Amino acid sequence: MAATGYPVRRLTAGELLGIGLSMIAAIGLLLIASLTDSGAYAFHAVVGILAALGTVLFIGNRSFDGRTLPVPQEIDGKPNYNMAPVKFATVAAMFWGIAGFTVGLIIALQLAFPALNFDLPWISFGRMRPLHTSAVIFAFGGNVLLGTSFYVVQRTSRARLAGDLSPWFVILGYNLFIVIAGTGYLLGITQGKEYAEPEWYADLWLTVVWVVYLLVFVATLAKRKEPHIYVANWFYLGFILTIAVLHLGNNLTIPASLLSPKSYIVWSGVQDAMFQWWYGHNAVGFFLTAGFLAIMYYFVPKRANRPIYSYRLSIIHFWALIFLYIWAGPHHLHYTALPDWAQTLGMTFSIMLWMPSWGGMINGIMTLSGAWDKLRTDPVLRMMVVSLAFYGMSTFEGPLMSIKAVNGLSHYTDWTVGHVHSGALGWVAYVSFGAIYCLVPWLWNRRELYSLKLVNWHFWISTLGIVLYISAMWVAGIMQGLMWRAYTSLGFLEYSFIETVAAMHPYYVIRALGGALFLVGALIMAFNLWMTVRTGAAEASEQDSALQPQLAAA
Amino acid sequence: METTYHVLARFAQSAGLLYFVGIFLGVCAYAFWPKNRSRFEKAALQPLQED
Repeated sequence: MAATGYPVRRLTAGELLGIGLSMIAAIGLLLIASLTDSGAYAFHAVVGILAALGTVLFIGNRSFDGRTLPVPQEIDGKPNYNMAPVKFATVAAMFWGIAGFTVGLIIALQLAFPALNFDLPWISFGRMRPLHTSAVIFAFGGNVLLGTSFYVVQRTSRARLAGDLSPWFVILGYNLFIVIAGTGYLLGITQGKEYAEPEWYADLWLTVVWVVYLLVFVATLAKRKEPHIYVANWFYLGFILTIAVLHLGNNLTIPASLLSPKSYIVWSGVQDAMFQWWYGHNAVGFFLTAGFLAIMYYFVPKRANRPIYSYRLSIIHFWALIFLYIWAGPHHLHYTALPDWAQTLGMTFSIMLWMPSWGGMINGIMTLSGAWDKLRTDPVLRMMVVSLAFYGMSTFEGPLMSIKAVNGLSHYTDWTVGHVHSGALGWVAYVSFGAIYCLVPWLWNRRELYSLKLVNWHFWISTLGIVLYISAMWVAGIMQGLMWRAYTSLGFLEYSFIETVAAMHPYYVIRALGGALFLVGALIMAFNLWMTVRTGAAEASEQDSALQPQLAAA
Repeated sequence: METTYHVLARFAQSAGLLYFVGIFLGVCAYAFWPKNRSRFEKAALQPLQED
């Protein structure tokens, strides 16, 4: 809405600071870009310069948009929620999701048909694999977590998001980190540590973004109108805080020079390995579990229109999960130079984790107790409940695989890959899809999704894809493990390594087919969401948009 | 090395055990404390009572 009178206003102190810092950063990055020997590093400096200049324009433009500052915290006694950053994160999540699934399909095909590497370094499997993992975990999953956390903390606190520029800084800054990380892998910049591939300068940037994220989240909680902090916010807070600690611990590197993208970690040898898998497993535990459990604790009750099955169980679930997960990392280092006691400790804690995991799963699924018919009528809710079933399945499988005797068979095989994907596709992606299907009509003020029939198609196509994927990898992985340890009667290894690779081919093709189906499902989803925003009927503002069964006709 | 291992193992098996069991009992007491009941029942309804 255009303001009457002269539309330009003075910049606030925060806006001036943002412009000032961006301009200083642009000059510094220009120096780096011109002085460095590394072309890829110079490219990243240029991306940084563009981001800094974009920030100057973004902030400067705000003084012309006619808004009055400070933005009112409440309008007509209702909280004036700040949903624009949430919308951006939702769109970004869908974009990165489809990009990440596509890259996953490409590398699955590369494994089945190595000619698809085309002998080009930039698109070789070794560089594309971290691009896939980071795109799906950090770009897709991360945007889902940022967006939903900003949504849930506002709604359950009945307070506007703290800060004016800072929520935008978090969302846009995080996506800048994603771009730097992803392009870096393709150009050959990597620390070579799983899930921690970005180099020192990207890590420093993420640290700044993450600290602001924590501050925005905590400051919003501090403004809350509700006496109690809802359990979903506890899970978000656990996720944000722990990821900060993990990120710092595993990325304590010393750059070779300010003009070089290369750095060296302060840890050495087995300590470095332990730090890496303490980080790596808790990326699973706190990023892919605690964060998405927060989504479960808000979106499942909301969509089912029933309170969580047991709030008291959710409290025990939270503290048990938080205190146990952090110790499970050593199970990634069975039969290595890591001391035996540490391996046993990691294994023991992994097995104990089964309890809080299943406590959470039961809490989520039993929320539908008395309303099981909604599973038939509401495919969005079905997607979230199936995600909990996959969560239960993969958190049963995980402790099993952490047992040293089982790990001796499973480690380094595709069984691990199958396990990860039953968690990532079945649990993380499905609960995210469910949350996005809920969020888009809420954010864009639509009565319901464009088509629940299409959600149904998405659900069944993707589920078929997941089943093909994980069963192919189970068979392939166990076969691989058995072939590696098969001896002849004379005590020689029965198979050469290349024979085990050749035996995997049919399963790799099935896996790629599963991935293709999963991607097709996501494309259907993107179309459905696009049509929801484009053509959906605006909602009467009274009614909350939890599903009404009579709307089920597509 | 043996001694370091034994010292650590003894510490983990005593203090570590007490620490975890203590925290678990504390959390259970908090969750099941009769006085907190109505608070948690209200909290569970929080997402469903938004404007």
